[in-house]
Amino acid sequence: MIISILKDAIYLKYGDFVLEKSEISLVKEVIIKQSKFLEFMQLVKDDKDLKFDILLDHTAVDYINENVFHLVYHLYSSIYNHQVIILVEVPRDKPVISTLCSIWRIAEWQEREVFDLFGILYNNHPDLRRIFLEDDWVGFPLRKNYKDNFMLEK
Amino acid sequence: MENLNSLTTNNQAVILTNLEKILNWARANSLWPLTFGTSCCAIEMMMATGSAHYDLSRFGAEVVRVSPRQADVLIVAGTIVKRMAKPLKMLFNQMMDPKYVIATGSCTISGGPFIYNSYTTIRGVDKLIPVDVYVPGCPPRPEALFWGILVLQKMILQNSLFKNKKTRYRPVLAALPEGICIEEIHNEMKNILKSKKYL
Repeated sequence: MIISILKDAIYLKYGDFVLEKSEISLVKEVIIKQSKFLEFMQLVKDDKDLKFDILLDHTAVDYINENVFHLVYHLYSSIYNHQVIILVEVPRDKPVISTLCSIWRIAEWQEREVFDLFGILYNNHPDLRRIFLEDDWVGFPLRKNYKDNFMLEK
Repeated sequence: MENLNSLTTNNQAVILTNLEKILNWARANSLWPLTFGTSCCAIEMMMATGSAHYDLSRFGAEVVRVSPRQADVLIVAGTIVKRMAKPLKMLFNQMMDPKYVIATGSCTISGGPFIYNSYTTIRGVDKLIPVDVYVPGCPPRPEALFWGILVLQKMILQNSLFKNKKTRYRPVLAALPEGICIEEIHNEMKNILKSKKYL
């Protein structure tokens, strides 16, 4: 499906959940309110017209000037072959969001990776440990203000 | 003694040499590399060792060994991160003497594009293991890797790499000179294998 039509469908059906609507048709992102995030994801997965049954990727972006993290979820429907990117903003000083493990099982490891590198905390996650770095690592390296003794700064 | 010398010059059946030279000749012409690649330099290394066009196997490096106990040369191809440092050291220690190390590409030589603001990249593999030949490039072409191996072969033949097991000579930067094509390197390698100059 063309991304603008898909986005319009989401805006029309789930308008309450959307934080801001972007008018640019090429942008794939849909920005969602943090408070209704888990509910929205469950609805989108079960919706018979959308059927987002696969969580392709999950990552985060650190916007240090705006003092927020953008959590990025790539959703894909293997039935209708369409894809959308869901964005959620969380504040940098309190990066807490609920886990998606109950909806997509793969989210468990993807969230562990984001926790490892960005330090996002997931509520109700079954096993929130570091996945790539050593267990005794201090800090979260992909945050923009990360520093350690090993790093050479330019 | 004169009789023997005349024998070698007139009749090619006998070659007079010493043990060190024949050992070096054998070592230089059977450099078995270890399978070790961590990123894009490894693709070029695979092209050099495996592909039919470049074909390193004609010059003694015929099998890329999976076991470090059977390998002679460790071609460090690719970025080495903190997590990889320990396995790399272990592989190097498991290799039999005489062992040689070629560092290919800017990441292995100095950290390359990841020198600054990287929390995990080792800035130069020579901080972990002793390197004999540096092959610059990002990544180096197969020709450049061949040039590095040729330089290593010549170092071994001149016995300049090892006095004994413990002493190591200064490492060499083997940058591919301009205007050298793969055929010339191949010919030089054939020369090393066949010429009696090195025996």
